[in-house]
Amino acid sequence: MSRKLTIKAFKYNPLSKISKPHFVTYELEETPFMTIFVCLTQIREKMDADLSFDFVCRAGICGSCAMMINGVPKLACKTLTKDYPDGVIELMPMPAFRHIKDLSVNTGEWFEDMCKRVESWVHNEKETDISKIEERIEPEVADETFELDRCIECGICVASCATKLMRPNFIAATGLLRTARYLQDPHDHRSVEDFYELVGDDDGVFGCMSLLACEDNCPKNLPLQSKIAYMRRQLVAQKNK
Amino acid sequence: MNIQYSDALVIGGGLAGLRAAIEVAKSGQSVTLLSICPVKRSHSAAVQGGMQASLGNGAKGEGDNEDLHFADTVKGSDWGCDQEVARMFAQTAPKAVRELAAWGVPWTRVKKGERTVVINAQKTTIKERDEAHGLINARDFGGTKKWRTCFIADATGHCMLYGVANEAIKHQVKIIDRMEAVRIIHDGKKCLGVIARDLTNGQLIAYVARGTMIATGGYGRIYKQTTNAVICEGTGAAIALETGLCRLSNMEAVQFHPTPIVPSGILLTEGCRGDGGILRDVDGYRFMPDYEPEKKELASRDVVSRRMMEHIRKGKGVKSPYGDHLWLDISILGRAHVEKNLRDVQDICKTFNGIDPADEGPKGWAPVLPMQHYSMGGIRTKPTGESQWLDGLFACGEAACWDMHGFNRLGGNSCAETVVAGMIVGDYFADYCKNNGEIIDTNIVKDFLSKEYQYLKSLTDKEGKHNVFEIKNRMKEIMWDKVAIFRTGEGLKEAVDELEKLYKDAQDVKVHCKELDCANPELEEAYRVPRMLKIALCVAYGALLRTESRGAHYREDYPKRDDLNWMKRTLTYWVEGETLPRVEYADLDIMKMEMPPAFRGYGAKGNIIENPLSEKRQAEVDAIREKMEAEGKSRHEIQHALMPYELQPKYKALNQRIGVDYE
Ligand SMILES: Cc1cc2nc3c(=O)[nH]c(=O)nc-3n(C[C@H](O)[C@H](O)[C@H](O)COP(=O)(O)OP(=O)(O)OC[C@H]3O[C@@H](n4cnc5c(N)ncnc54)[C@H](O)[C@@H]3O)c2cc1C
Ligand code: SF4
Ligand code: FES
Repeated sequence: MSRKLTIKAFKYNPLSKISKPHFVTYELEETPFMTIFVCLTQIREKMDADLSFDFVCRAGICGSCAMMINGVPKLACKTLTKDYPDGVIELMPMPAFRHIKDLSVNTGEWFEDMCKRVESWVHNEKETDISKIEERIEPEVADETFELDRCIECGICVASCATKLMRPNFIAATGLLRTARYLQDPHDHRSVEDFYELVGDDDGVFGCMSLLACEDNCPKNLPLQSKIAYMRRQLVAQKNK
Repeated sequence: MNIQYSDALVIGGGLAGLRAAIEVAKSGQSVTLLSICPVKRSHSAAVQGGMQASLGNGAKGEGDNEDLHFADTVKGSDWGCDQEVARMFAQTAPKAVRELAAWGVPWTRVKKGERTVVINAQKTTIKERDEAHGLINARDFGGTKKWRTCFIADATGHCMLYGVANEAIKHQVKIIDRMEAVRIIHDGKKCLGVIARDLTNGQLIAYVARGTMIATGGYGRIYKQTTNAVICEGTGAAIALETGLCRLSNMEAVQFHPTPIVPSGILLTEGCRGDGGILRDVDGYRFMPDYEPEKKELASRDVVSRRMMEHIRKGKGVKSPYGDHLWLDISILGRAHVEKNLRDVQDICKTFNGIDPADEGPKGWAPVLPMQHYSMGGIRTKPTGESQWLDGLFACGEAACWDMHGFNRLGGNSCAETVVAGMIVGDYFADYCKNNGEIIDTNIVKDFLSKEYQYLKSLTDKEGKHNVFEIKNRMKEIMWDKVAIFRTGEGLKEAVDELEKLYKDAQDVKVHCKELDCANPELEEAYRVPRMLKIALCVAYGALLRTESRGAHYREDYPKRDDLNWMKRTLTYWVEGETLPRVEYADLDIMKMEMPPAFRGYGAKGNIIENPLSEKRQAEVDAIREKMEAEGKSRHEIQHALMPYELQPKYKALNQRIGVDYE
């Protein structure tokens, strides 16, 4: 029943003077519902203690473990080996982020920067008295905000984006989604004009070439293209005002 | 020599650490926060079900208030908690939810009119009041009198964590991720900060501050079977233990959750049962009503977990290559409900097991087995969050034991605790930092730095005999086999002996990659595993000595809760050079309790060795209550007479609710 898997992992330590980028091949027995998380943990425990990679939740909810799996950016903890019929799986770190070592890249600093750029927090002049009954929100409106709040900052849309690779400062789908999220949230009192200040240029909403890979690969199935289009319409209207 | 200064230092960027850091930043002080992973990836992101707060908005929450939340929490704790802390918590929780709402957390809201829900496996119609329309809704969770768990589908933690983290960025909290605290710097009396190791380049840095807070979460990864994220290794609590001064409290109180999925251990939220899902055995039979006729699947977690294991022991489990399990059936809620409110659960079942839980009949049943889930124990602190033994060291969240959960935590009370403690303890912490001037002796700091470097170098230099991963995996097996849901003196003794031996072995491991100045995963294991073993020993040893059953701590050889001898809190500390923790105890004072120990409402009555003080105190409480009620005093005044407690005025303020205003 069980078969042999061949995992080829990229190895490189940019901090070492002697390390050169190369692939190392590991062979292991497949088990039912085996994920790349299970593979990599076994490899580290039994074959190569030095291999660097990132997992936190191992359940597809924290966004730590995105990597290139046979050329496509995916969450490694949610990727099943059985989906690769020939049993050969090649793992590479995601492009577009600073490389740390082997399969590990620095998404944290990129996302903190993105959050600062789009000011990813509620802007509101009022002081809230938290002893008092909360502001009423229409249930549907709260649900819609939630739909846009589901991004796990995995960076897959960023790594999928050809524009981002050509234009290093591009805010990428996740950044534009974040602006749409706050524009939609009634707690945030920013106007379209305010968002125009933040992302109304070629590094922002006007840089997107609608190549769609972001939406195709997003593990949360977020409506990236329609929200980018929505932001663009809003901001174009603003520009023409 | 790299030394970084700030007013306040927070270790851990889950909900607790971030919320506390915001409190410090709001006080106008500089605050640095260290985290192993980017903060939004912290384990808090995994909270699915929700957070308890007695808003009383929804129809099933009508009449809820702090008193009921307090009572549920105390009962849930099996009278092991600190009742003053439980009061502080219940009073602040509604404020925490409302604050998060104002920060944009998209809580699910009440929609007026009728809707269908599943209660006790029956479709039932409930009607939401017009005046509650648009306010925050709540769902049912185990062990609570009212539907009190505020939620956002089943991604509550994700939304809360993002809300809080974004607010921290706004307040310019200096967040440094991939930075692991590896040693607490102190002079024997006062905490000066920590030595941290940069996980990207191996650099050692001393972070020095007027006050240090540990909010590093739980230690579930000492168990083989756990719902916890892979970073929940308890190293934050361990470095506090390694000061030789700080005490860890109630470490034997470890919670097991009834419904992680088999074999991955990924959690299917309590919301599954809260929303009406049921448990079935090998015959498809719903067995919980036989054991717990009153609360069934919604008895508290320790009870449901034990009943499931009991049922499996009777031969009613489902055989699988990964051992016996039971089934969780949520298909009875209907596809629409599953797809909206339990979407992540559906996704987990589909991805990791190839099951669509919305499919009716056995096809949609998910294999589940109780596994380690939560650490009630942690760094012992005062209700202000400060250590009693090391000035300037604070702790909050799952890493701490200010003792809100006693021996069993209620679902939904933990992420609530993180933000509430972040507010209350964060405020005391900010005050401490403001009022305690620098008395920093850089010689001490330098000394700690060079010792740490020597220690790490000794780990890579040593050509030891043992493999660190083998030691780690053996520890996890011992904990799962002998220190889990059912415990016996014999098994615990074996566990302690074997763990002690492993701890000694862990001093003699071989690290293959010798490089200190880069990410070096094997070296990381080599310094973490001995710390994990210390934590495991505190758990196992505490469990061995506690000859009673209370909450999640269940001794088959001592099945009764023993209020006569065990109304006390375990305190463990570690003397450098020794291979076992030392244990001492602190009494819980029944005569000061607002709710003296009584029957908890589960299992057989009379399973308690009573303490005569309970009856005495109950009579006092009843008399005060009766007299004050006759005088027309409010519930707040009565509460104050029964058990006054300190809390910052901004948090102690009464909570407004629809229909009753501030009453
Ligand atoms: C699957 C799952 C579901 C849950 N669902 C619920 C629920 O529905 N309701 C509920 O109330 N509770 C729930 N809980 C419990 C709840 O998630 C946790 O108790 C809570 O999130 C803990 O938060 P925290 O801030 O204390 O720690 P965490 O969120 O665990 O954060 C710990 C932080 O410390 C950092 N850290 C750790 N060690 C170090 C170190 N040595 N140096 C530097 N940084 C360090 C980590 O990077 C991280 O940032 C759930 C738990 C699990 C496992
Ligand atoms: S939008 Fe999707 S792909 Fe992009 S970071 Fe968020 S979850 Fe990942
Ligand atoms: S480890 Fe969290 S998404 Fe993969």
